[in-house]
Amino acid sequence: METINWHSFFFLLFASLACVFALAVVLTSNVVRMAFYLVLSLGATSGLFFLAGADFVGAMQLMIYVGGTLVLLIFGVMLTAKGPFISMKTSAGEWILGAIVGGSLLTVLISSATSVDAWRAVPREDRPAASQVTATRLGLGLLGARVDKLEQTDATLAGGMSGYLLPFEIVSVHLLVVLIGSAYLARSKRRAGGRSVGDHF
Amino acid sequence: MAEYLKGFLSPEWQFLAYVAAALVHAFLLINLVAGGALAFIWLERKVSGRIQDRLGPTRVGGKFGWLQTLADGLKLITKEDLMPEGADGMLFRMAPYVSFCASFCGYLALPFADGWVGARLNVAVFFMVAVLGIEVFGVILAGYASASKWSLFGAMREAAQVVSYEVPLGMCVVVPVLIAGTMDLVTISQMQAGWFSNWFVFHDPFTFVIFWVYFTCATASVNRAPFDLAEAESELVAGFHTEYSGLRWSIFFMAEYGSMFAVSGLAAILFFGGWNGPIPLADWLGLTDASRPLAHYFGNFLGMLNFMFKCVFGVTFMMWVRWTLPRLRIDQVMTTCLKYCTPIAAVMFVGATLWTYFLPGGLFIPRQTRYGSIREGWHLEAQQPTAVEPPAEDPLNPVARRTRAESR
Repeated sequence: METINWHSFFFLLFASLACVFALAVVLTSNVVRMAFYLVLSLGATSGLFFLAGADFVGAMQLMIYVGGTLVLLIFGVMLTAKGPFISMKTSAGEWILGAIVGGSLLTVLISSATSVDAWRAVPREDRPAASQVTATRLGLGLLGARVDKLEQTDATLAGGMSGYLLPFEIVSVHLLVVLIGSAYLARSKRRAGGRSVGDHF
Repeated sequence: MAEYLKGFLSPEWQFLAYVAAALVHAFLLINLVAGGALAFIWLERKVSGRIQDRLGPTRVGGKFGWLQTLADGLKLITKEDLMPEGADGMLFRMAPYVSFCASFCGYLALPFADGWVGARLNVAVFFMVAVLGIEVFGVILAGYASASKWSLFGAMREAAQVVSYEVPLGMCVVVPVLIAGTMDLVTISQMQAGWFSNWFVFHDPFTFVIFWVYFTCATASVNRAPFDLAEAESELVAGFHTEYSGLRWSIFFMAEYGSMFAVSGLAAILFFGGWNGPIPLADWLGLTDASRPLAHYFGNFLGMLNFMFKCVFGVTFMMWVRWTLPRLRIDQVMTTCLKYCTPIAAVMFVGATLWTYFLPGGLFIPRQTRYGSIREGWHLEAQQPTAVEPPAEDPLNPVARRTRAESR
């Protein structure tokens, strides 16, 4: 422990993995391989979250990005990965445009990351040790309870510190209805005889 | 263990202790998956043989054909490693490993006994569900990279099936989490200590029903019969692994048996008390007392055997189902998921919620305050945030991580 800082070691390992595979996503021309590299890059990012003690965010990253989105992406790829779309050649103009956009984003991110005082590196001895990191407060926060404001003594103000749950649920049910409705509208219409419109072709 | 090894090494080589400890743990887990696969393949042959009124393997390695899988493995190693023309070589080679890694990663969070766990995550349930869902990625890659229409069909079917079955599976998993008030698998098991009536499957009628829904969905999500449409040999040859041969093919099988064991382990912990036996024998013998290390170790060992027995029972149950029920059609698979499993799971979820709200003490037998006392924990913590306030603006805190790691 004294000779090797394992935290830095694994941080560098995961970070470099994420960067290398992110570069590979950009530089590959095959669509499915891009998706594969993207999975590896996102997986390395979730490794970074686990390393930082944010287990919940790490598992979330695995579940949503690596699991859900990538399966969806693969499905999209499957439908297009035939013929002319199988390999995508990038023209010089696209390279230049991409480099400008990506480079300026990187500049903004780096400058903002170094300009915030609270994010500056603190000498290790000065840092307070967290007692135990749990996801409970995060979960309560997702349910609408303002765990950071629970010491609110004023009763009228404390009442407003929770209660995003109902609006949140209403919005999600609304979204579900919209999804089902659009799926219904997109279906092929049945005629009285039970034959679909497509049968004429 | 790392602390123990450190005593033997000079300061500049102490990092070796951590490496050795990590390697031993990884070695144990990997061999559990690989050795488990060997044993389960043999068991599957025996079980299927007996169900179909045959003997199964009888010759290799004595009376019961113990070494049959080893002989199979040798045969697989000597087979030619074929790759179809037009296949995407790198993806074709990577796909089995992606599947295996995903199935193996689930074991990191699976506790085998009190404190015997690769990494104690406080979102272990969520982590396992997330990681086991990634296994399908290897399948899709295999199906695509094989450059064969059978493989592609199989992979598409399997992806559709696994992705849809994750919905009811997630709903089933939520119910024990809701009763326990935590996603930490270790804490969930600890709550079910004592008599078997403390197991969550007997907590209320809803959890009893939801266990069966969970098991159905778990069987489907690991692609076992009757849900093995992706490998339906009568119509799709062998599905996504049609073009695989030899050792690469067997890695897919290792992944499959690994996931079977993992979902059975999850079922054992969520519904059947984890490492706690039906009768609190270890408690009576004083083996759960953490102040006596040797007795505690022995108690943990018994607990591990208990847990392994439950997992093996779950896997055997899956085999029994496989060789008894006929295969479902793809539309029947989807109907089972969307029209039966999901609504049942949703209703049971609401039922279990209402039950814990209105009858927190149980119907007939007044429960011990065991659930209550642990569940109060988060409540108190939420009301006194100043006591456990973590440094909010410092997510990358190596000191905190180190203290956590050393306290394990």
